[in-house]
Amino acid sequence: MSIKLIRQFPGFVSRLVLGLSLWLVAPAVFAEYGLNFQRPVTPVAHKILELHNMILIICVIIFLLVFGVMFYSVFAHRKSRGHKAAQFHDNSTLEVIWTVIPFLILVGMAVPSTATLIDMSDTSKSDLTVKITGYQWKWKYDYPDQDVSFFSTLATPREQIENKGDKNEHYLLEVDNPIVLPVGKKVRFLVTANDVIHAWWVPQLGVKKDAIPGFINEVWAKVEEPGIYRGQCAELCGKDHGFMPIVVSAVSQEDFTKWVAAQKDKAAAESASSDKTWTKDELMEKGGKAYASTCAACHGAEGKGIPGMFPALEGSKVATGPVEDHIKTVLHGRATGKFSAQMPAFAAQLNDADMAAIVTFERNAFGNKTGDVVQPAQVKALRK
Amino acid sequence: MSADHHAEHPTGISRWLFTTNHKDIGTLYLLFAFLMSIVGGIMSLVIRSELWQPGLQLVEPQFFNQMTTVHALVMIFGFIMPAFVGLANWMVPMMIGAPDMALPRLNNWSFWILPFAATMLMLSLFAPGGGPAGGWTMYPPLSVQGGMGVDFTLLSIHMLGISSILGSINIIATILNMRAPGMTLMKMPMFVWTWLITAFLLVASMPVLAGAVTMLITDRHFGTHFFDAAGGGDPVLFQHVFWFFGHPEVYILILPAFGVFSQIIPTFARKPLFGYSSMVFATASIAFLSFIVWAHHMFTVGMPLAGELFFMYATMLIAVPTGVKIFNWVSTMWRGSMTFETPMLWAIGGVFTFAIGGFSGLMLGITPADFQYQDTYFVVAHFHYVIVGGSAFALFGAVYYWLPKWTGHMYSEGLGKLHFWLTMIGFNLTFFPQHFLGLAGMPRRIPDYALQFTEFNQWSTVGAFLTIASQLIFFYIAIKAMKSGEKATGKVWEAADGLEWTLPSPAPYHSFTVAPKIK
Repeated sequence: MSIKLIRQFPGFVSRLVLGLSLWLVAPAVFAEYGLNFQRPVTPVAHKILELHNMILIICVIIFLLVFGVMFYSVFAHRKSRGHKAAQFHDNSTLEVIWTVIPFLILVGMAVPSTATLIDMSDTSKSDLTVKITGYQWKWKYDYPDQDVSFFSTLATPREQIENKGDKNEHYLLEVDNPIVLPVGKKVRFLVTANDVIHAWWVPQLGVKKDAIPGFINEVWAKVEEPGIYRGQCAELCGKDHGFMPIVVSAVSQEDFTKWVAAQKDKAAAESASSDKTWTKDELMEKGGKAYASTCAACHGAEGKGIPGMFPALEGSKVATGPVEDHIKTVLHGRATGKFSAQMPAFAAQLNDADMAAIVTFERNAFGNKTGDVVQPAQVKALRK
Repeated sequence: MSADHHAEHPTGISRWLFTTNHKDIGTLYLLFAFLMSIVGGIMSLVIRSELWQPGLQLVEPQFFNQMTTVHALVMIFGFIMPAFVGLANWMVPMMIGAPDMALPRLNNWSFWILPFAATMLMLSLFAPGGGPAGGWTMYPPLSVQGGMGVDFTLLSIHMLGISSILGSINIIATILNMRAPGMTLMKMPMFVWTWLITAFLLVASMPVLAGAVTMLITDRHFGTHFFDAAGGGDPVLFQHVFWFFGHPEVYILILPAFGVFSQIIPTFARKPLFGYSSMVFATASIAFLSFIVWAHHMFTVGMPLAGELFFMYATMLIAVPTGVKIFNWVSTMWRGSMTFETPMLWAIGGVFTFAIGGFSGLMLGITPADFQYQDTYFVVAHFHYVIVGGSAFALFGAVYYWLPKWTGHMYSEGLGKLHFWLTMIGFNLTFFPQHFLGLAGMPRRIPDYALQFTEFNQWSTVGAFLTIASQLIFFYIAIKAMKSGEKATGKVWEAADGLEWTLPSPAPYHSFTVAPKIK
């Protein structure tokens, strides 16, 4: 009976398919269903979502029309149903029509797309500037006008990645120091990189920009509501490309001002700590933690490195030889040509206390038994 | 060389090493390609296995990056391109009534470079530090950082490029000079037209890749700073040069597929191809446009506004001739008298899945929206829909279509249909969810992901295993048809039209030694 129905109303089938598909597609345009972009929180992200939805719907409609016709033909124009082949094989009018109409549809899409792009490229009259630098494999945030500067590293414990513990809710999308931005202010981002190309991407902000070493890219965002917004590096940058997320903490202007003040206090405390004398135990504990988050990515959690790529620290000449050379290696990096990658300089990344702790740790862990204790003041002296 | 010497039908290993026969060389290309597809397929299973669930279970991130990089290089340069060259070698001379390719010895060399190039590429995985791990696009400075494995790969790419350029010169010379009398350009089969245009794209673009790759080699080892800002260079220069090759490259991958669809659909619709001259013109338009859209792969790089707008408009424009081709195929089917043997299933299925990829491509071309899609799984979904759903499906269709002509045996129709349907289901299960992964925020080229991406990744992994397993059916079918099966007639298909179908099946070792008359 249903076959008779289909035969009598060939359009019925296409209408049914069209209706079903629109019903299926419609929920997809709502971000909350997990089939579309994350919820936008900036005017640009809103515009992008609207543009995307509009173009998706147009594409779906054209797709259903064209394949509706094709599948109708597949059912109706088959030899097994006795259909005899017509022999027509061209029609210039039709060719013109189906060239011009798609062209006009494209123009219709291009107009709002152009408007959105022009708006996105205007970085003038910003209220705040933040410089973002991509490193292998972390981000650095500088607020030049506020004199605040810090690194932002993945905070997910290694055990979770190695399946030795349950993964927490924000697995791979959490950091130690999020970038903090004031709500309702136009923030201009200056994006660059220290080593290879990275890309800074926060979907809810509608911002993605390549971070290219030696060049500065500009992009802006105005966050409309307070909240935590998470993103990831979006340009393959080496082995931990998937492990250098971005967390934006958007807060009120008042909270932002408080945060800036707190960052300045923290910086002051850190430089004070470089004049302090630390015990070996304090340095080993601090060093172990800092090693895990800063050095283990290349040199390995057990100091064994990766043959050909990253040297082992276990029994290495640098870690068991002269202390000064060891400190200088961490400060300035190293490229002997024996390993494919270059060790970057950590002078900017590590303060005196952290660096002293790491060097102390490396010299007394992994079976290295130098007994050396390195004080922050020694590191400070070698920074010149 | 005497006529008797040339009329020999050699045997043994030396036959395959020294052959100058277009049919033998076509077979060599096809066998090489399908072997490489197994290698690439295994790599894709390593990737999808690691991505089954969050956490690192199977491989280290650095090895995972090598897998994604080499998987792409193998599939593009080892599978799709050689397979289409194999089809060109087998079919173009027969379709134009020529006895062989214009330059038969060059033809042999073009093929025999490939096994060496492939060996270099595979060996890179065993070099100290492992194989290339910066993506098949090899952007510096990351690719300058890599170890010796990168150098093996760069040299392999040079060899692959030389093979393609020489093969293309041969194809152009053959098509322009050796058509049987009476076969004007506008009487050529569409498969020949698409290969003529593809060959021009190859000749124009492969040398540019060679340039980019050479600059990488000199930056790595000879003290140049093309891509190093500290030395006065620019990493983005590489991207421009690479994609100037890279965009025509993707049309190189798809135009022969369009040619295959244009051969299969009229045969099984029992109706001539609709709009032949439009199809030729559309193909040429696509080829021309393919040279002026390259920076749509680089929208987030920080180009000036005018540049971004130009590339957006040019990219959107390509949708017009592509759409024209799809409308013409549908019009060929319309009011035909269709049967759905395996080749037709692949052609219709391929047009369908290619179109899905075409629409996601249009979406990617909208610059502001692309800022959300770029470097996510949305892009991965897009290019697999066009390369697998378009090119690979066309390849399967072409093999089923012409296998009886090559071997003289019909393949098993039941198994062929099973292969099609399992692949269709598996392929869509693998890649459709990836659109949503990209929209939801999952970047590409990562071995581990946040928890909310788990479900769609699992669908995708199941689909991948189903798809790869289904290809075992294909290998069984193809190998079996080489040796046994119902005898095929010369015409094979009821409404087949074209010079190749006037020959017996299997086609004689030397065909059209006397030029046929074209009506």
